[in-house]
Amino acid sequence: MATDALAAPATTPAGSPRRKGGIRGNENVTGWLFVAPVIVIVGLFVLLPILMALWVSLTDWNGQGSPFTGKVPFVGADNYTRLFTEEGLARRDFMTSIRNNIYYVAIVVPAQTALALGLALVVNNRMLKGKGFFRSAFYFPSVTSSVAISVVFLFLFANSGAVNQLLGLFGIDGPQWFSDARGVLHLLLGTVGVDNPPAALTDGGPFGLTWWDWLAGPSVGMVSIICLVIWTTSGTFMLMYLAALQNVPVALDEASTLDGATRWQRFRHVTLPMIKPTTFLVLTLGLIGSWQVFDQVYVMSQGEPAKTTLTPAYLSYRTAFRDFDYGRGAAISFVLFLIIILLTLVQRRIMADRDEPRRRWWRRTGEGS
Amino acid sequence: MAVLTERPAAPVRRRDRGARTLVNRFLGYAVLVFFALVFLYPFVIQLGNSLKTQEGAAANPLSPFPDPLTFAGFERIFAGTNFPLWLGNSLLVTVLVTLGRVFFDSLAGYALARLRFRGRAGLFAAVIAVMAVPGVVLLIPKFLVLNQLGIYNSYAGLIVPLIADAAGVFIMKQFFESIPVSVEEAARIDGASVFRTFWSVVLPMARPALITLTILSFQGSWNEFPHSLVSVQDPHLFTLPRGLADLVSGSLGKGTQYPLKLGAALLATIPVAVLFMIFQRYFVRGANEGADKG
Repeated sequence: MATDALAAPATTPAGSPRRKGGIRGNENVTGWLFVAPVIVIVGLFVLLPILMALWVSLTDWNGQGSPFTGKVPFVGADNYTRLFTEEGLARRDFMTSIRNNIYYVAIVVPAQTALALGLALVVNNRMLKGKGFFRSAFYFPSVTSSVAISVVFLFLFANSGAVNQLLGLFGIDGPQWFSDARGVLHLLLGTVGVDNPPAALTDGGPFGLTWWDWLAGPSVGMVSIICLVIWTTSGTFMLMYLAALQNVPVALDEASTLDGATRWQRFRHVTLPMIKPTTFLVLTLGLIGSWQVFDQVYVMSQGEPAKTTLTPAYLSYRTAFRDFDYGRGAAISFVLFLIIILLTLVQRRIMADRDEPRRRWWRRTGEGS
Repeated sequence: MAVLTERPAAPVRRRDRGARTLVNRFLGYAVLVFFALVFLYPFVIQLGNSLKTQEGAAANPLSPFPDPLTFAGFERIFAGTNFPLWLGNSLLVTVLVTLGRVFFDSLAGYALARLRFRGRAGLFAAVIAVMAVPGVVLLIPKFLVLNQLGIYNSYAGLIVPLIADAAGVFIMKQFFESIPVSVEEAARIDGASVFRTFWSVVLPMARPALITLTILSFQGSWNEFPHSLVSVQDPHLFTLPRGLADLVSGSLGKGTQYPLKLGAALLATIPVAVLFMIFQRYFVRGANEGADKG
């Protein structure tokens, strides 16, 4: 409700009829003066950099001198074709990073959404006490430093670390998390007897990776990063769900109980439809966020083992700052930028479509109660 | 509601429901406690192991009780690493960035909410657009600009790019629009300048939003890692997250000295943790603010 209260006045016309006359005379100048510092900072460090990087992605700059002199070779779209069409290590690495990130997204987004919703439902239960404490406990990991938390998880998932000790209590021999490059899907196939890949899958595949490689699933090393991220992000999304659940009218829930609906039916046909906009928000924010995973990879694995935790964000950094191939690094950034902007546009589009009927609905219940 | 539930079938159903409620409650608490452990126990382990010897941490990492207990890890943090320096840098960066954001973002937010000037609508659209730019794709671009401006590897490069942000402008604009205009109008009619009105009439009314923004900025810049990665190179300019990352991946190598690393990470977590305990509801507000802007 708070968000609606903040958003509502935005739709009213900016100036009331009273706002005329002398005291408003110099607002043109004052207005620009007030926004000037932000324009300078954001322009210099967000917009200008994007243009500069676009230029660099079309060159072969190696980090020496300025990239904006005539001496830097202009290579056109070469850096981009190296990522998509030219056979070679550049494409192999890039496609591997895309594969890794797809599996990462495919697990992180559904898992954190389900966990966030589950936790919100339990915390929102009217019969339980101590909600405040539990809400804070679940949310706390989200506010801490990603680097500091990654250090903790390095220790938890170490070979003789807490996770493996815990697994040991159940008689499970834990893997060597950060040196295990085997894909989870390959491992699963192994348990049903498929140890050697069928020839049909190793012969070829799209973009320089074999089908067998594409179908590897996240590596064991990646699983530890996935656990960390689900653990840190669920709390934030739980808060969004909590805000949404608190807006579901209690009367509706009670009414459906009297009508004989089971708990599952009530959840499925009353609660879930009511919080659909939030689910959509959580899913898309999750999608957008999980294409940006960087800090955890940097601290925990640096793309290892065997490049199975390489992500486009980390690869672009490494290509530029470790291999000094700034052109290709910038090109990778732009492809990633495109992916994320596309997701954002889709999200804003659908949210805008949904917003109207939702607003009207709030207003109606507001008048009714 | 009470009236509604009084139906003929109620007596039978109610006893039934009483038992079910008890089971539900028990299950509810079981789930809550289990997940509270999942979310908090890693911090307990972190604290426990930072006080262990290296052998103790390797032998029984799951136990929160150090045996034998030692402060050797913490002593080495202060004697053997640049931790105090990183701490100082982090404090400097965080304080300046937070002050800058609170001031500049409120100014711009106020202008966008209240002042009528040419290009205002376009500017607001730009703010919304900039919020969608993902931070990680700016790594190389930011480095290019800092390099070109000659402030790469300096405090200026570490701080200046962060002292204003689009999300903060958005939060402040939304808040200013929610407070009534009449008070400022009165001040303006009394002859106060726009800045004067903003500074001594509007800002004091905006306390909740200012606290939210202060906290978001503090937390954001204290935890900021990628920016320090591409803006400085000199170890003397490292902030805490950068120093920690260096400690883990660089100088000490992997797999060793866990008590020290965990201790350093713990110390880096404490300021935000304390802030979180005191200003929790503002953190919650900030999170939902983030949801709104999406």
